[in-house]
Amino acid sequence: MKAVSTGVRKKDAMSLVTGKPVYTGDLVPPNALRVKLLRSPHARANIISIDTSRAKLVPGVAAVLTWEDMPQSRFTTAGQTWPEPSPYHRLILDRHLRCAGDPVAIVAAETEEIARRAMRLIKVEYEVLEPLLDFTKALDNPIVVHPEDNFRTLCPVGTDQKRNLVSTDSFTVGDVEAEFAKCDVVLERTYNTVANNQTMMEPFCTYTYLDEYGRLNVVSSTQVPFHVRRILSNALELPKSQIRVVKPRIGGGFGAKQSVVSEQFPAIVTKLTGRPAYLCYTRQESMANGSPRHQMQMKVRIGADRDGSIRCIDLYALSNAGAYGDHGPTTIGLVGHKSLALYGSLRASRFTCDVVYTNTMGAGAYRGYGATQGIFAVESAVNEMAAELGMDPCAIREKNMVRQGQRMPAYYGEPCNSCTLDKCMERAKEMMGWDQGPTHWTLPNGHIRGRGVAMAMQGSGISGVDIGSVEVRLNDGGFYTMLVGCTDMGTGCDTILAQMAADCLDCSVDDIAVRGVDTDQSPYDTGSYASATTYVTGGAVVKTCEELREKIRLEGARLLGIDPEAAQFDGEKVFLPGTDKVMTRAEIGWASYEGHSKQLSASQSNSSPISPPPFMVGMAEVDIDPDTGAVRVVDYVGVVDCGTVINTNLARVQTEGGIVQGIGMALLENIQYNPQGRMLNDSLLQYRIPTRLEAGKIRVEFVPSYEPTGPFGAKSIGELVINTPSPAIAEAIRAATGHMFRTLPIRPEDVVLAGLED
Amino acid sequence: MYTARNYVKAESLAQAHALNQRRANAILGGGCWMRMGERMYDTLIDLSGLGLDQIQDRGEEAALGAMVTLRQLETNFMLEKCFDGLFRKCTQHIVGVQFRNCATLGGSVYSRFGFSDIVTALLALSCQVELAGAGRIPLEEYVKQPRDRDVLAWVFVKKDGRPVAYETARNSETDLPVLTCALSRVGESWRAVIGARPGISRVVEDSTWEGLEKQVQALEYGDNMRGSARYRRHLAGVLLKRCREQMEVSGV
Amino acid sequence: MTIKWILNGAARTDEVEADETLLHCLRKVGCLSVKCGCETSGCGLCTVWMDGTPVLSCSVPAPRAEGHAVTTLEGLQEEAAEFGAFLADEGAEQCGFCSPGFIMNVLAMVRELKNPTEEEIQHYLTGNLCRCSGYQGQLRAIRKYLAVKGGEQG
Repeated sequence: MKAVSTGVRKKDAMSLVTGKPVYTGDLVPPNALRVKLLRSPHARANIISIDTSRAKLVPGVAAVLTWEDMPQSRFTTAGQTWPEPSPYHRLILDRHLRCAGDPVAIVAAETEEIARRAMRLIKVEYEVLEPLLDFTKALDNPIVVHPEDNFRTLCPVGTDQKRNLVSTDSFTVGDVEAEFAKCDVVLERTYNTVANNQTMMEPFCTYTYLDEYGRLNVVSSTQVPFHVRRILSNALELPKSQIRVVKPRIGGGFGAKQSVVSEQFPAIVTKLTGRPAYLCYTRQESMANGSPRHQMQMKVRIGADRDGSIRCIDLYALSNAGAYGDHGPTTIGLVGHKSLALYGSLRASRFTCDVVYTNTMGAGAYRGYGATQGIFAVESAVNEMAAELGMDPCAIREKNMVRQGQRMPAYYGEPCNSCTLDKCMERAKEMMGWDQGPTHWTLPNGHIRGRGVAMAMQGSGISGVDIGSVEVRLNDGGFYTMLVGCTDMGTGCDTILAQMAADCLDCSVDDIAVRGVDTDQSPYDTGSYASATTYVTGGAVVKTCEELREKIRLEGARLLGIDPEAAQFDGEKVFLPGTDKVMTRAEIGWASYEGHSKQLSASQSNSSPISPPPFMVGMAEVDIDPDTGAVRVVDYVGVVDCGTVINTNLARVQTEGGIVQGIGMALLENIQYNPQGRMLNDSLLQYRIPTRLEAGKIRVEFVPSYEPTGPFGAKSIGELVINTPSPAIAEAIRAATGHMFRTLPIRPEDVVLAGLED
Repeated sequence: MYTARNYVKAESLAQAHALNQRRANAILGGGCWMRMGERMYDTLIDLSGLGLDQIQDRGEEAALGAMVTLRQLETNFMLEKCFDGLFRKCTQHIVGVQFRNCATLGGSVYSRFGFSDIVTALLALSCQVELAGAGRIPLEEYVKQPRDRDVLAWVFVKKDGRPVAYETARNSETDLPVLTCALSRVGESWRAVIGARPGISRVVEDSTWEGLEKQVQALEYGDNMRGSARYRRHLAGVLLKRCREQMEVSGV
Repeated sequence: MTIKWILNGAARTDEVEADETLLHCLRKVGCLSVKCGCETSGCGLCTVWMDGTPVLSCSVPAPRAEGHAVTTLEGLQEEAAEFGAFLADEGAEQCGFCSPGFIMNVLAMVRELKNPTEEEIQHYLTGNLCRCSGYQGQLRAIRKYLAVKGGEQG
């Protein structure tokens, strides 16, 4: 009876599909104040004065707060391990407004309607300043986004606030210029990606209250409960010991909820009024003032020999942090580390980058976290090189890809212990019939079909930084309780970890009750991000269960009065082989809760010095209507090496979901601003995510490697799967039309107008 | 979201019309678009009790009540048969089934949104609207008028058997259109309607195909988030041709 | 104002505001399965039935429920669990936040369409957005569910 590598149903599935009230917004205390935020209409402004007197007079208004009421310690909202690489430059409310939608005042009232009415009565006088909106002109611009003098950084990331520089970094492997000089062909190309919104279906929401001990309780839709505790402590100037954070079910995160977005506002209301308070962002707020993907411009120089050997890649990335640098210094690294390392053939490589401030919405963490942008650029450049050399885009990759056993100099020099990227390519080609057909052809209706390919990698947790902890207890009657600090956000980690525990403890998944996350009770976990949970926290499950097994065996032996050295535990019972000395797990459980005994419990933490990359090959077949430019992805093949697949259903759905988000990024999702810096498409009406009609047909398979450092040989999957669609689709369109589109999203209009230029 | 003090379910069209004369009041259609606004109303006037949710076959014409939903238009057998599937084609891309079960014909026609599929499609036919105050006027005239305080009750569509076709271009299947195009043939004359230019749909007529194409190209097109004027002008030519091909395939 | 309506089979009387949405009213009276994902009538999360027809409860004014029968997932628990089990066995519910609206529309579709083709299924459900699943698992669940339902009906 093995649970790992089966498609176990999620433990919470039936409550979700029957609509049970399990999300933050379903659990709000009835007497909670409704919190609304008055937001800046200007992208850059100073508040000259705020008159809240009339708003405060509205019956039912409990508080109207402005920057004058706020603690003055600057903090970061990035959910990262302390000391965070992100700058400490935020206040809950600031007098200086740096992007449209920056909060100006907090209104708390008995009902949302009263709060809205009061909000309309607040009079604000702004000094409107010219905004800096073009991130390619941000560095050394006379407009300084963060002029404040109490700005500070905890880590040396090259920040220079007077230059609008959030961070800068570089790494070089080998002699880049010498290698380029030896190359037969060198291409230089520039690629652009826009900000993308995670668009999880549940917006940001949080409620707060003071409990019977007078402590601030925060119930929030977050991926990082323990980081929320610290960030709120910084923001509110409240000791961490006075804060408890609870995560109920989450309606999706995709990285958006790896930042504190909504938590600080009800928290300050509760702190100042003593009343429970609830804030649920509207979709508009979630879109315009969330924590989206960083907009980037990437310049790739790639050199190869005529035979298709890729010798050298030089990548420069400019990243738009927007108004706030949270996650800015960290996302950028992945642009280089997780794209260049795909090519084991490189004799030299270089990555340089700058992250800059502008007056657009502050960016954050979105699935892929920089790797997505970097892989779009590098994989597109490789596709362009293949075309230049007249080579098949799969063949050039087969010749150059990283392989198991190699070291990855561009990836912190980590070893490639587990990698079936070559086999993923082989399988993807079979599934697509790649070698049997052309890469482009015309249908009788005049539509053009094209095929493209891309590879991708990601990491599994942040090496040496992320930590996951687990506690497992044996209860009376013999069932287990597993406490976890990682956050299931719909991905199913509560279930996946229970599958691992079940196999470690030789019991069924149903024997394990899982509970997460409550910072007062759960063991510490950095949270669910950086593709960490299965690999890092999974490792903690394995260690914890090993310890508990031993404790059960020894306690069984003690209770049976047998030699502990000879006693065995098979998951169901402790026994002495060859005798009738047997005690069941249930009996040991009962006994451990009587006098003269002890509760059997184990807790272990896990972290990893390396972050083993999962790999993937994606292939797209697109159908293009040359007259309208409409591009449809008619077939997408994804073949994944995530190490051992722990839950076959959930891994598959993760992959399908990631691919469709990637299709959205490639073809649809296009945040735009007006000349004053207000977002134009801050709704689901205007910011189009794929519907089921854009998703097309997606076929997913796995070619598992075995990662020796991972639990049961597992690596990660969550982020990896968003990375291939953009370059694969761009290449499919290039194959079909002869035009390489280097700016995302690739819109029907772009396809048509490029055709008209011919 | 709008706010309102009162909600009146009208007992007669006359009552609705009288109530609607106050600027602070408004007729409520399906509610789908109205909720996206932030207006403050005094009284919302609900027409759902007046039997205006009917699609009637009145021999020479089809009578469509203002409260008929887009989904009714999409799935009505008589409309499908009499108008070459036009009503299905012009509704099927609009958001989703639930939206179309709410949004109404009256709301679409009254609002005269530039992106309206419904207005583009109807203008290809011979339509009149019946207003509580002004009585029957041609739809083509109505859509040119600014929104006023009259109450739209019915849309009448002549069942003259004219061939009609409909095409749209959208950046994604259920997005608002980048361009809409309807084409019909009345006797020896072509009638084309181009909408989402992004302005309100425009009608052009010509006795020759070449003349029609020229007129369509000469219409004013503009830029918005979904596409440029240049792209729209290009699409207009493409969709117009496709409409004609649709007609030819239908054997008319 | 007062409305008399039927909610999940039970007649009731409630006080609603002139500018209240059905969505707001339903959550107020405890139907917390009904979710809100946008303000632009476009995500499908708030789908409920009005007289058996799937509608966006965010767009329907609450006063319009007067004299009508409204059904939410709370009133269809058995069917929700039956179809939901197929969804769960694909792992396609994921975060689950869109599941109630999606399932309401699937169950409406099953009533409205006879032996729907894949294209008809996709068309009927286009108004239900999901950001987690990529939609493929939802379709697999529907196919399997329909196969079993079709088998039952003989």
